[in-house]
Amino acid sequence: MITFDQVTVVHDGAKVPALPMVDAHLPEGELCLLIGPSGAGKSTLLGTVSGLVPHFTGGTLHGRVTVAGRDTRTHKPRELADVVGTVGQDPLAHFVTDTVEDELAYGMESLGLPPGTMRRRVEETLDLLGLNELRDRPITSLSGGQQQRVAIGSVLTPHPKVLVLDEPTSALDPPAAEEVLAVLQRLVHDLGTTVLMAEHRLERVVQYADQVLLLAPEEELSNVPPSSPSPPSPRGTARLGEPAALLAVSPVRPPVVELGELAGWDPLPLSVRDARRRAGPLRERLAPRLSPAANPGTGAATTAASPRSAAAFRFRAGSAATGPQPATQGARPLAEVSRLTLVRSRVTALHNVSLSLGAGETLALMGRNGAGKSTLLNTLAGMYKPTSGEVTVGGRTPHRTRPAELLRHVGLVPQEPRDLLYADTVAHECRAADADAEAEPGTCRALVSRLLPGISDTTHPRDLSEGQRLALALSIILTARPPLLLLDEPTRGLDYAAKDRLVTLLRELAARGHAIVLATHDVELVAELAHRVVVLAQGEPVADGPTDEVVTSSPAYAPQVSKILAPQPWLTVSQVREAL
Amino acid sequence: MHRSTSRAPLTTEAVAPASSRRSLLRAPLSTRSTALHPGAWWLWALGLATAASRTTNPLLLALLVVVAGYVVAVRRTDAPWARSYSAFLKLGVLVLAIRLVFAFFLGSPIPGSHVLAELPEVPLPDWARGVRIGGRVTAEGMVFALCDGLKLATLLVCVGAANALANPARLLKSLPGALYEAGVAVVVAMTFAPNLVADVRRLRAARRLRGRDDRGLRGVVQVGLPVLEGALERSVALAAAMDARGYGRTARVPTAVRHTTTALTLGGLLGVCAGTYGLLAAKGAGFGLPVLLAGLALALAGLWLGGKRAARTRYRPDRWGMRAWLVSASGAAVGALMITAADVLPASLNPPAVPLTAPGLPLWPAAAVLLGLLPAVLAPAPPPAPGKPAPSPVRTAQPATAQRAADKSAAEGSGAPGGAAGESAAGESAAGESAEVPRPRTHRTSPVLRTPRALRGREHDEESPQ
Repeated sequence: MITFDQVTVVHDGAKVPALPMVDAHLPEGELCLLIGPSGAGKSTLLGTVSGLVPHFTGGTLHGRVTVAGRDTRTHKPRELADVVGTVGQDPLAHFVTDTVEDELAYGMESLGLPPGTMRRRVEETLDLLGLNELRDRPITSLSGGQQQRVAIGSVLTPHPKVLVLDEPTSALDPPAAEEVLAVLQRLVHDLGTTVLMAEHRLERVVQYADQVLLLAPEEELSNVPPSSPSPPSPRGTARLGEPAALLAVSPVRPPVVELGELAGWDPLPLSVRDARRRAGPLRERLAPRLSPAANPGTGAATTAASPRSAAAFRFRAGSAATGPQPATQGARPLAEVSRLTLVRSRVTALHNVSLSLGAGETLALMGRNGAGKSTLLNTLAGMYKPTSGEVTVGGRTPHRTRPAELLRHVGLVPQEPRDLLYADTVAHECRAADADAEAEPGTCRALVSRLLPGISDTTHPRDLSEGQRLALALSIILTARPPLLLLDEPTRGLDYAAKDRLVTLLRELAARGHAIVLATHDVELVAELAHRVVVLAQGEPVADGPTDEVVTSSPAYAPQVSKILAPQPWLTVSQVREAL
Repeated sequence: MHRSTSRAPLTTEAVAPASSRRSLLRAPLSTRSTALHPGAWWLWALGLATAASRTTNPLLLALLVVVAGYVVAVRRTDAPWARSYSAFLKLGVLVLAIRLVFAFFLGSPIPGSHVLAELPEVPLPDWARGVRIGGRVTAEGMVFALCDGLKLATLLVCVGAANALANPARLLKSLPGALYEAGVAVVVAMTFAPNLVADVRRLRAARRLRGRDDRGLRGVVQVGLPVLEGALERSVALAAAMDARGYGRTARVPTAVRHTTTALTLGGLLGVCAGTYGLLAAKGAGFGLPVLLAGLALALAGLWLGGKRAARTRYRPDRWGMRAWLVSASGAAVGALMITAADVLPASLNPPAVPLTAPGLPLWPAAAVLLGLLPAVLAPAPPPAPGKPAPSPVRTAQPATAQRAADKSAAEGSGAPGGAAGESAAGESAAGESAEVPRPRTHRTSPVLRTPRALRGREHDEESPQ
């Protein structure tokens, strides 16, 4: 269905191709997953399928891409619109009209389908994606998951043979992501649609993939037998193949594969189900390492759960060099929220939330899109005034404190880190941050150099990758040394390597006594980092407790390792590695 | 309806025609298929605006504002464009305030004897004769300015009403095919401004996070560049998405047809220009009108031929039905009657500012203005807001009455104050009645039956707080 014939793309003014040479054929009705580290050219390759690269973006396309027999060199994107459906990273940038039903019809209107057909397909698609209740709603009033489904629906109605998706689940909470993936699988199985999809969160998607296209520079591949002596291009070649075989050499892989490799399973498991079937011996090996010594200080709610949390506590203490509740017992809590209710434009975003947070504690806020996580962070940072209840951070009421003073008590890295960046070079940005925080000149730059080694002073913040931008924003916030650090969706768009660096840094900060609050959908990150998890639903906390208890009690929020090794309370691959 | 419930189920066939006749008379709930054509709303609003432009009688103007406001309150939906109404109201008040401030400080040409204040007059050079700064402020001048400003504000409120009631994107669907693509570009450009405002707000808030004040002009200036960059990026992303979804696909047409289209359009435009010139010039009004009409005809033919090139079709365009005719007719009637009234009763429609008198309410023009209330009864009612608990799908007599009572009290709450009290009471009960209409079945079936598993129970929670 899609044929890449010696394809590579060189952007205007660049010397090196933006992606490795791709030579592959994707047959009809397959779900192909495109993987690779950040900056490997995944989005560019997806663009070549819809013809947006090079017709829209510029640059030079070498080789040939054929989609359903049409050569993208001679067909413009609009002439491919009936065979290729494309959904970009940001669904909001995709919408042309303002209501759900019109949006579903827009593509068909452009193609000139007869009204009767359009009506029928809109109804079918509304049912297929479960959007019927939302058909008259303005798109801007929908949640992230709903918007993503509308975006997919809007390209489905013209019945394309190929669906191209860039990070379809990254911004979604785990249940919403499963919903979208279920829809995709149904399309592949029932309609024979060919799906080509790029995704960073491999743990969510890899088990659905029929094939994997690995896009990574040769030198980043791990365990490659040195069989290919002379790569044909400076960036090497992309490989297409069975998911298990390729993940063995991939620089990016989900925890289930890591665990499989650690345990020496062959072929590597891709799904939790595969892994669980083979996990018996591993569980037996791990069983004696669990020390059931109950620790009275962990605050476990039930006696049945306390040995588990004690065990998890011990591992984390080993890896992060800090305890989960070191300071809350005696000292005054760093931040306190009591009976907080927040109503914004008639929607109760938060209802009766009470929390307290001590120094050195890492708290993860979870819950579906729109459950009030960001609102709670913003309230802690003084952006919103509570409707009732009280918020104190370091003895101050955030929304009544001057920003310049508040900066030294609480720092928030927003969901879109670029909101914090105004200057045109990294150096200017750092100088401004020093001035804002009244810190020693050079403080911020030193932080940046540590987080982003090798970044030049003159780089424009907009040219940084997602992960680099996050690091820059984090350095700016850390310049003022706020004891309370708030991070909103910090791992969106980060590959596994960038995520690892972030985890190391945050652990270090927690060890130095910073309290950290993360609002995130990334269960693997929570398992690595958080001491405590609060699950919000409809603005109310519905669960609050040590990470392992909360996370393992719900299948949607459990990390892969815990699903595989249940009932033993292991959360991450690194815990298992240390124990072995 | 009560009659039908009291009878035995066997007789439903006999009752059905009667109840359907009754529901035909009452406004249905606004759904995709029953929604009023947006053009009708605009015609209605333009009729009211025409009426407003013909009078400076503050009582009539206030009545117009109340009529427009009441219809908006009863018939607008929860959609984003519908929220712009308050912005238009504020704009109207601002216009009024500016007009008064100017009249206060710059004086007014109206002679008057009731001096309110004596400001020191700034001596101006000879070439600025006719301009005055400071000086005597008279009550007559201020009243004149007030009435004049009120007229402008009323015009704005009427336009705002159309804007709040009609979906601009749906209006677009009624454009001829040749203009559609250009129309999409215009609508997309119109969403640029609200997006920009939202961005400025978000980035200014983010300044707080960097320890800077989020108020003041500096805040806006500093976020200016990032905001523009972001807006540009979004536009490019949208353009890419539109291209990939087939925007701008054209059908192949013979070269001859293409050339004919160009010739017709150009010729038509030239004709329109020449005809307009002829009409406006002192001489030659004789040839002006025919040339203008011929030019228009040519241009329309060109548009029609040009439409052949566009391959697009339309998904569920709005129909111009009976209700659309009635709504636009009510607006047109208000406009036409006001124009007549301005000729017949010039003194009461444009009461002189000198001498100061309380303006009287001319009776039949006021009654004419009240014709503009018809859409509050005729136009399809907006569906209940998603936040409110939906009425029970099981249809018994009791919930229907309860619903009616609730609607009535809601209508009372938003009812018109002041001059239109008596008349608005009539409108109110009518609105209450119309809300009692049996809901179309497709719309009211129990949501549980149709929703897939994952949506259930997530509906409310998932809504983003913004």
